[in-house]
Amino acid sequence: MSDTDLQDQAIQVDTEKGNFSYPEDYEFDAGVGLNEETVKYISKVKNEDPWVLDFRLKALEIFNKKPMPTKWADTDLENIEFEKIRYYLSKGQVPARSWDDVPDDVKETFERLGIPEQERKFLAGVEAQFDSEASYSRMKEDLEKEGVIFVGSTEGLAKYPEIFKPYFGKVIPTSDNKFSALNSATFSGGSFIYVPKGVKLKQPLQAYFRINAENFGQFERTLIIADEGAEITYMEGCTAPKFETATLHSAVVELVALKNAKIQYITVQNWSSNVFNLVTKRGMADEGAEVKWIDCNIGSRLTMKYPGVVLKGQGARGEVLSIALANDGQHQDTGAKMMHLADNTTSNIISKSISIGEGRSTYRGQVHMPKHLKNCKNNTECDALLINTNSRTDTYPAITTRGQNNTVQHEASVSKVSAEQIFYMMQRGLSEGEAMSLAVNGFVNELMKAFPMEYSVELKRLIDMEMEGSVG
Amino acid sequence: MNTLEIKNLNVSIDGQAILKDFNLTIPKGEVHALMGPNGTGKSTLAKVMAGHEDYTVESGEILLDGENILGKEADEISHAGLFLAFQYPMEIPGVSIANFIRAARQARLPEGEDINAVEYYKELYAKMDSLKMDRKFTARSLNEGFSGGEKKRCEILQMAMLEPKYCVMDETDSGLDIDALRIVSEGVNHMRSEERGFLVITHYQRLLDYIIPDVVHVMYDGRIVHSGDKELAKELESKGYDWVKEEFASASA
Repeated sequence: MSDTDLQDQAIQVDTEKGNFSYPEDYEFDAGVGLNEETVKYISKVKNEDPWVLDFRLKALEIFNKKPMPTKWADTDLENIEFEKIRYYLSKGQVPARSWDDVPDDVKETFERLGIPEQERKFLAGVEAQFDSEASYSRMKEDLEKEGVIFVGSTEGLAKYPEIFKPYFGKVIPTSDNKFSALNSATFSGGSFIYVPKGVKLKQPLQAYFRINAENFGQFERTLIIADEGAEITYMEGCTAPKFETATLHSAVVELVALKNAKIQYITVQNWSSNVFNLVTKRGMADEGAEVKWIDCNIGSRLTMKYPGVVLKGQGARGEVLSIALANDGQHQDTGAKMMHLADNTTSNIISKSISIGEGRSTYRGQVHMPKHLKNCKNNTECDALLINTNSRTDTYPAITTRGQNNTVQHEASVSKVSAEQIFYMMQRGLSEGEAMSLAVNGFVNELMKAFPMEYSVELKRLIDMEMEGSVG
Repeated sequence: MNTLEIKNLNVSIDGQAILKDFNLTIPKGEVHALMGPNGTGKSTLAKVMAGHEDYTVESGEILLDGENILGKEADEISHAGLFLAFQYPMEIPGVSIANFIRAARQARLPEGEDINAVEYYKELYAKMDSLKMDRKFTARSLNEGFSGGEKKRCEILQMAMLEPKYCVMDETDSGLDIDALRIVSEGVNHMRSEERGFLVITHYQRLLDYIIPDVVHVMYDGRIVHSGDKELAKELESKGYDWVKEEFASASA
């Protein structure tokens, strides 16, 4: 275990490091359970315009009507006790602009997670959300001068409705699925970002989502708009302590890339094993625009997430690169959706999943190319790695291609780390855990090169941690 | 104490005895060749020495400088100073040679100490040069898509980088053409020293033209039946293994 201690010191975010919480002390608390009053309370606390409250109440209706998708999804969803969850908890509405003004316990939380340090090192802006609201939000001043907006969802809708309202709930309609409806009713926090025409952000913006309270549901809402020719990279990280009871994280993320814009959205989630992580993510790419999702799913009890790109304009490009690691007791149900709606659009999906012990991973892919389109291309690769015989992996590709000169390429593979490979590496002096994590790192190596360096280093360490813990 | 000593080793797999009261002592500074027909237990011996778990050890000891390594984990045996050059090296996709050897070196360092990357690469490149390996190899996935000769050279490179006290080489000559055989042998000869012992397992005498052994052992049916100097290998080559069978079958029955 001494190796683990060593890694603890070096690592920025890891499962053990995230496993702490501070006593609860909230100024605003919507109580337990979900009904109209809960939704009204949230809206009132946020001092929202009436149209936002209407939007929420309609969403609640849809949420109540929609059945759980257990016909095709994991029946573990039935175990979410919506009536026992707390839907809104915050210490205040206005995020601090300086870490000095952040409440001590919250500041300590983010310091332990290394956020202020990362901000100094390589980020253009940071938002740190603690339960329902951002505690800290700051962007470099020169970006503000260029007209970049980086605020929370409440502030975005209140201050800049002319920018955000036209796209809010348009890429992902409330009724898209039960959990997008839940989010639309109860959303709080998240990032609203606007990058003006031609502005290219050199450094990433980052949000960090932290759940501190037990029995809590976090429902952040993110909307990123890159105007014509703009470019932005956004990264999010997530952790929660290990509570006895289930916690729910259900986000909605909408991306809008206007003509020739580029959006890259990177997620490194490391939820503790009691979190239901049910997230809807979709981007819209206009003519010549590019939307790229890089998604790493480590931890959680059940993750359901299928980032998608609607390729709306000619020559638009969409990409999903994902890594999922399912350890004992976890189910990573992930994949991608590519909707080709214009000629000459291309999409690329590379999915790598690792199942350890009783861990289970599922890939669901959907590629849609209707009849009237020409010269569209999709490439899909999904590879699964199994670490021992109890592991399980399933692949459900759904590809519809019609039209002229449209091409789809699909490759799938399943491989195992064999006992002989482990023996070979151990003969060279690596411990069993080190050997396994080396094999896993090798499996995702090519894909990791697509990541910004800081994140690939962190991801490598997270994988090492998971593998160390998985050796019996 | 400066010996690798195998004492009364009995090993079976699925109830079938493979090694039978096997005894062998290799002092540091010597190269011992172990020859014998297929199926006499040579590779089993190599794997058991390295701590492979597929075999049942019935009794015996393997003393590395006096410390019993039998029953230890493979990584502990490696740290104790035993290196096995595999007959069939495993492919590890996505893990480069440079990163793999580095991880193996790192695993030997005390907690909190890190490898000096500059010195590491300097040493790695020098050793690759002497094995006539292209430096581009460092970025390639370990053994993936390597030819037989490339795999064996890569084994010797790892052996050179990890500087073990005792080297066990299992059929390192198989799959090598004559040029590769010479290069690999030079690599091994370069590592010969008073501080290191070698067990060279081979089916053919050919390798021993390049790596001149101090002692040659003939193995048959799970034990060493005859030992001699390097001339024994030549005698074996000319008489063939049938001679061994005829000569020693009765003794082992």
